[in-house]
Amino acid sequence: MNIVVLVKQVPDSGADRNLRNDDNTVDRGSANNVINEMDEYAIEEALKIKEAHGGEVTILTMGPDRATESIRKALSMGPDKAVHVVDDALHGSCAVATSKVLAAALGQLNADLVICGAESTDGRVQVMPHMIAERLGVAALTGARKLTVDGATLTVERQTEEGYEVVTASTPAVVSVWDTINEPRYPSFKGIMAAKKKPVQSLSLADLGVAPTEVGVDGATSAVIEHTKRPPRSGGAKITDEGEGGVKLVEFLATEKFV
Amino acid sequence: MSEVLVVVEATKEFGVKKVTLEMLTLARELGTPSAVVLGGAGAAEALSAKLGEYGAEKIYAAEGDEIDGYLVAPKATVLAELVQRVQPAAVLLASAQEGKEIAARLAVKLDNGILTDVVGLDADGTATQVAFAGSTIVKSKVTRGLPLVTVRPNSVNPTPAAATPAIEQLTVSVTDTDKLAKVVDRVAEQKGSRPELTEAGVVVSGGRGVGNADNFKLVEELADLLGGAVGASRAAVDSGFYPHQFQVGQTGKTVSPQLYVALGISGAIQHRAGMQTSKTIVAVNKDGEAPIFELADFGVVGDLFKVVPQAAEEIRKRK
Repeated sequence: MNIVVLVKQVPDSGADRNLRNDDNTVDRGSANNVINEMDEYAIEEALKIKEAHGGEVTILTMGPDRATESIRKALSMGPDKAVHVVDDALHGSCAVATSKVLAAALGQLNADLVICGAESTDGRVQVMPHMIAERLGVAALTGARKLTVDGATLTVERQTEEGYEVVTASTPAVVSVWDTINEPRYPSFKGIMAAKKKPVQSLSLADLGVAPTEVGVDGATSAVIEHTKRPPRSGGAKITDEGEGGVKLVEFLATEKFV
Repeated sequence: MSEVLVVVEATKEFGVKKVTLEMLTLARELGTPSAVVLGGAGAAEALSAKLGEYGAEKIYAAEGDEIDGYLVAPKATVLAELVQRVQPAAVLLASAQEGKEIAARLAVKLDNGILTDVVGLDADGTATQVAFAGSTIVKSKVTRGLPLVTVRPNSVNPTPAAATPAIEQLTVSVTDTDKLAKVVDRVAEQKGSRPELTEAGVVVSGGRGVGNADNFKLVEELADLLGGAVGASRAAVDSGFYPHQFQVGQTGKTVSPQLYVALGISGAIQHRAGMQTSKTIVAVNKDGEAPIFELADFGVVGDLFKVVPQAAEEIRKRK
């Protein structure tokens, strides 16, 4: 099975994250950049399928030059190769344009199965798998907490508010996964060394046949007008329980009219 | 005034979800609200009274297995046809998994911008969003097409405005491509009658400090006394104390209730990301240095196994 995993480099969600003041896009320069956490579960799932059914795992990333670090990190877990869509014109692309670029790249990769994280930790927009599936005219099985592959038939347990749905489709398909699906492996020393030699192909917009005017800040379908930092919360009263903590807690709730 | 389409979120068990009422309230500021019901046979009829109570002037319905038996794509196809026909002033969906997914496909079909996790929307289409785990407030706008936004639960105070909507059944003409992902089973796991986590006015969450799955009864008891939903930190979920669908945090649900009670939760960034826009935060933790106290409007440093039962008893006394 030819599997492509979408990997996004994001600002570390554990650090202070900002939008830029010049063009209101995500500031990818000042924060520590890492692989989107949910994507590691997508990589793990792809590797498990390859181990069970054979095939090849390719990482697909759209991002600036520095996304190379995340691509090598992804490869160190075990995928075979990577494709990096990199072009200065892509800076500030909206979700609609991003899906156009990724769909164009996937069109060249002949994937049976595209796996990605259910959402990224920076935008948390959760739209990419369905946007790509819509463009490619393939099935999207999203929000999976379990994926079963039986020949060309895919079955997922899709997490919902009320429980789960069992959804099935044939390949080719896009599957997005939550972090309940598996436990991602840590890269081994051997894996890290091997990753340095694995092929990483760079593709430009011209290679994909997408015009620069369709992407980036100018080609975006939505725009941030302004952004402000929310003032950090300041802690209120803090008491130490000396036998009356529960009562005092309820007294506070009563003054706030919750009791 | 132009129509504003509100795509209805509802469940079989609880009917119209609160976020739908919030969207209808918001839609009234922008134009004439029309509800869109995309679901199983008879869904619109069952929901019409409630939708009318909150100002839906009209209900568009697309129902049946062709809509309900497949994942999302048929709903987007029907909605896209409707949008092209009625040319609404805006389209509102719930900022939850399915709402975002329908909106995603609609955006591609119409080559239209999309804004998610919207907490406010002005008549000129300017949306307010919270980004980066609630640390940044963003004003944004769709610059191509109509305002297509997903609205985060607990953003608007839903207010009734009676109307008597007529139901218009839409012709369902979905393509084979829309039917590639087939729903073969739906399994309910949510137990009890507690409000849904992202919509609840009160959320009581437990963390690693709760110690084990059995002890979560304490968390549930306090939630029930306060009429709230139960949440759990990632540490508690990873330890198997509570199911994943109740996880609050960066990888989990984002909640913004009137009251958030954190029990035995240290307040790592992972968790704060999902709850720090809550109006009032209360915490109980035995570690006085725990970062959760930096957020809490009221904090108790102490043993939750002493503090919580006492609090529960005190609430009962006052009832």
